[in-house]
Amino acid sequence: MGFFNNLFSSKEKRKNAQKYKIGMSKTRNNVFGNLKTLLDSSSLIVDELFDELEEIFIMADIGVDTVVKFVDHLREKVRVDNITSTNDLKELIVEEMFKLYVKEDIVSSNLDIVDGRINIVLFVGVNGAGKTTTISKVAHEYIKKNKKVLMVAGDTFRAGAIEQLKIWSNRVGADFYAKAEGSDPSSVMFDAINYAKENSIDIILCDTAGRLQNKINLMKELEKINKVIGREIEGAPHETLLVVDATTGQNGLSQAKIFNEVTKITGIVLTKLDGTAKGGIVLAIKDELDIPIKYVGLGEKIDDLEHFDIEEYIYGMFLGIF
Amino acid sequence: MAFDNLSDRLQMSLRRVTGKGRLTENDIEEMMREVRLSLLEADVNFKVVKSFTKEVKEQAMGERILKGLNPGQQVVKIVHEQLKKIMGDKAEPLTLNLMGVTSIMMVGLQGAGKTTTAGKLAMHLRKSNNLKPLLVALDIYRPAAIEQLKTIGEQLSIPVFELGILQKPQSIAKKALEYAKENGFNLIIADTAGRLHIDENMMNELVDIKEVLSPQEILLTLDAMTGQDAVNVASNFNETLNITGAILTKLDGDTRGGAALSLREITNIPIKFMGMGEKLDQLEVFHPERMASRILGMGDVLTLVDKVTENLDEDDMMGMMEKMMSGKFNYNDFIKQLRMIKKMGSLGGVMKMIPGMGKAMKGANVDDKQLVYVEAIIGSMTKKERKNTKLIAQSSSRRRRVASGSGRSVSEVNRLIQSLDQQKSMMKKMGSMDPSKMNSASAMKAMSGTPTKKKGKGKNKKRFRY
Ligand SMILES: Nc1nc2c(ncn2[C@@H]2O[C@H](COP(=O)(O)OP(=O)(O)OP(=O)(O)O)[C@@H](O)[C@H]2O)c(=O)[nH]1
Ligand SMILES: Nc1nc2c(ncn2[C@@H]2O[C@H](COP(=O)(O)OP(=O)(O)O)[C@@H](O)[C@H]2O)c(=O)[nH]1
Ligand SMILES: [Mg+2]
Ligand SMILES: [Mg+2]
Repeated sequence: MGFFNNLFSSKEKRKNAQKYKIGMSKTRNNVFGNLKTLLDSSSLIVDELFDELEEIFIMADIGVDTVVKFVDHLREKVRVDNITSTNDLKELIVEEMFKLYVKEDIVSSNLDIVDGRINIVLFVGVNGAGKTTTISKVAHEYIKKNKKVLMVAGDTFRAGAIEQLKIWSNRVGADFYAKAEGSDPSSVMFDAINYAKENSIDIILCDTAGRLQNKINLMKELEKINKVIGREIEGAPHETLLVVDATTGQNGLSQAKIFNEVTKITGIVLTKLDGTAKGGIVLAIKDELDIPIKYVGLGEKIDDLEHFDIEEYIYGMFLGIF
Repeated sequence: MAFDNLSDRLQMSLRRVTGKGRLTENDIEEMMREVRLSLLEADVNFKVVKSFTKEVKEQAMGERILKGLNPGQQVVKIVHEQLKKIMGDKAEPLTLNLMGVTSIMMVGLQGAGKTTTAGKLAMHLRKSNNLKPLLVALDIYRPAAIEQLKTIGEQLSIPVFELGILQKPQSIAKKALEYAKENGFNLIIADTAGRLHIDENMMNELVDIKEVLSPQEILLTLDAMTGQDAVNVASNFNETLNITGAILTKLDGDTRGGAALSLREITNIPIKFMGMGEKLDQLEVFHPERMASRILGMGDVLTLVDKVTENLDEDDMMGMMEKMMSGKFNYNDFIKQLRMIKKMGSLGGVMKMIPGMGKAMKGANVDDKQLVYVEAIIGSMTKKERKNTKLIAQSSSRRRRVASGSGRSVSEVNRLIQSLDQQKSMMKKMGSMDPSKMNSASAMKAMSGTPTKKKGKGKNKKRFRY
C-alpha cells in the first residue's frame, strides 16, 4: 500500500530527494540560513523557530492560509506531545506535512490509464505553464511502456503551437493529429477521437491553448472541449491535468479553483521545479481542493518528468537542513 | 474580482479599529498583521513585506493628528503611498538610439511571454516612434519558437530575421545587426530563448549576445503570476546582464501581481510595460500608482480618504486652535468650530474617527441635538454679543432675551457662557504649547466646547452637562 510504503521508507526518500536538489539548492542557503542556525545552535525548540518555519513555507509559495494553519498546528502538536528537541521537530514537520498532504486517503501519482479502452488525458492551464512540453514527456513515458499514444494539437490559437507539438511527436514517436490553425478545438478533439478509434490508439493526450482562468469565453471553450470528449467516449477524459508553473504564487489557487469548476481536475503537474521556485502553492491546492499532484517537471528534456512524491518533495524543500 | 478578498480583509481590520473609537499602538500592530497577510497573499516578497510593514508602522505611529479620518483608513493611505513610492513614481520610457539602430533584447524564464511581447513592442514602437523594426529569432531551442515569431511577424507585417536552429544565437545576432544596418531598419528586437536564471551556460549565452548587440534596452519579461521567486529570478538576470527594465505580462489575469513590488524594491529595475492580453496590441505603459491600488485593491478606500481629508482643512483647524490659545476665542469661533465638526458627519461618528477622542468624550454626554441647541442660542445673539463675549456674560437681561429668542432656558444659556469661559481658560494654559505637537485629544476636547465632567468635589463647583 502506497500509504505505508511512503511512511516507512523515508531514508530512501531522502536519497531520492537529491533529484529535487538541483532546483532547491541554489537559493536554499540564503533562504534557509536562519533556520539552520537556529536548529544547529540549540537543541531546544524556541519560539523563533516557528517564525522561521513560517517564513520558509511562505517563501516556498505555500498559500498563506495553509501556512498559518500548519504552523499553528505544529505549535500545538509540539505542546501537546511535549516535543522539546529540534531533531524531533524535524521529524514532526515531515510527518505532519505528509499528513496534511495525504489526509486520510491513499494518494497515487499514477494516471487512470487502463488497457482495453481509449484513455484520454486532457491538459489544461494558463499560458506558458508547460502543457505542451509535459504532454511530450508523458507520451514518452507511455511509449516506453509500449502504449500507442496520440498527441492532439488542441491549441489552435497560439502562433506556432501546432508546429511545436508536431516536432515533439516526431521526437518521441507518437501519433499526431491536428487541423488547421484557428479551427474549433472541440472539432479537433472530435476528429482525433475518430482517428484514435481507427488506429487502435491506447492513450490520447490532448493539448489545449493556454488560458487565464478569468477569461469567461475561453473557459466556456474548454467546457465544450470537455463535453465533446465525454460524449464520444464514456467516462472521458479519464484524467484532466492542470499544469502549474512552479514559479506561480498565490494565483495558483485561483487557477485550480476555477479550472476545477469548468473541467473537474484530477491532478496537478508542477513544472519547472528545476528552477529556484518551490511550487508550494500545490500544497495549498491539495489542502483546499483535495487535488493531488501527479507529476513534477524537472527540465526541458523528454526525460525530465517524475511522478510526484510528497516526502521527496518535503525533503527537497529542506535539503541541507534536515 | 481579483482583489475583493484583499479589500475585504483590509476593510475588516479597519472596522475592528473604527469600532474602538481610539487607536492604540496595539491596534496598529494588529492592523499591520492584516496588511502583512494581505501583501503576502498578493505575492509580495516576504522580505519586502517585512521591511515594508516596519516602515509603515513607524509612519502610522508617528502620525499625530489623524484629522477626523478613520485612522485605519489613514493607515491604508500610508500603505498605498508607500507602495507607490517603492514602485517608482511615474512610468519610465524606453531609451532609444535616435541616431542609429536601437537594439532591444528580450530575456526571461521559459513561458514568460518574451516572444509575444517582442511582437507587441515592435508594433508599439513602430506606431509611437515611427521606427522601422526588425524582429530577430534567437530561440534555437524551443520547438517551433522561430515559427511562432515568424507568425507574429506576418500578423504585424514586420520582417523577422532568422537563420534556423543550427547556428549559434551569438552569430545570428551579429548577422542580424549587419542586416538591419544594410536594409534601413532602425530598431531590432531580439527574441531570446527562455532560460533558468541558474543555468550558467545559458546565461553566458545572453552575455555573449549582449556583447554583440550592445543593446539600449535589456528587458526582463516576467509573468505577473510569479510568486516569491520573482526576486531570485530578477536579481540573477540583473547581476549577469544589467537589466534596463521589466515587462510584466499576463496582467489581464486575476493575479494581484505583488511580484511587481518586490521587483522594484529589491532590484530597482523599473517596470516599463505590462502585457494585457494575448493579442499583439495588448501592451500598455506601466503606471506604478495603478499597480499600487491593484495590489491593495482599494480604489474606493482612497477616494474616501481623499474626500474626508478635503473636508477637514488642517490650516483651518490650526488657525482655530491658535485663536483659542490667544484667548481671543469668541462665539463666532465657537460656532465655526461646531460647523467644522458637523460638516464631517454626526458628532458621535466623527469623534470616533479622531484618535483619543472617544475616551475623552466619555461621560461628557454630547449628542447632535445639543449642538443644535447651542447653535440656536448663538444664533439669537447680536453680532456685537458674539464678538465681545463679555456683553452676554455681564448682563442678565441680555441672557434672558437670548434664551427666549432661541427657545432655550436661561440656565442653558448660562451653561454655554461658562463653557466658553472654560475653554478660553483651558486654552490659555495651553497657549505656550506648539499646536502641532499638542495631543489631539485634549485639543479637540477643548474645541468642541464640551467640558468634561470633573470628579473632584468641593472647590470645583462648575459642572457642565450638555
Ligand atoms: N526549465 C523547465 N522548462 C520547462 C519545463 N516545462 C516546460 N518548460 C518550458 O516552458 C516553456 C513553455 O512551455 P510550453 O510547453 O510551450 O507551455 P504551454 O503551457 O504549452 O504554453 P502555451 O501553449 O504558450 O500556453 C517552454 O520554453 C518549455 O521548454 C520544465 O519542467 N522545466
Ligand atoms: N493572457 C496573456 N497571455 C500572454 C501574455 N503574454 C504572453 N502570453 C502567452 O503566454 C504564453 C507564452 O508566451 P511566449 O511569448 O511564447 O513566451 P516565451 O516562452 O517567453 O517566449 C503564450 O501562450 C502567450 O500567448 C499576456 O500579456 N496575457
Ligand atoms: Mg502549448
Ligand atoms: Mg519564446
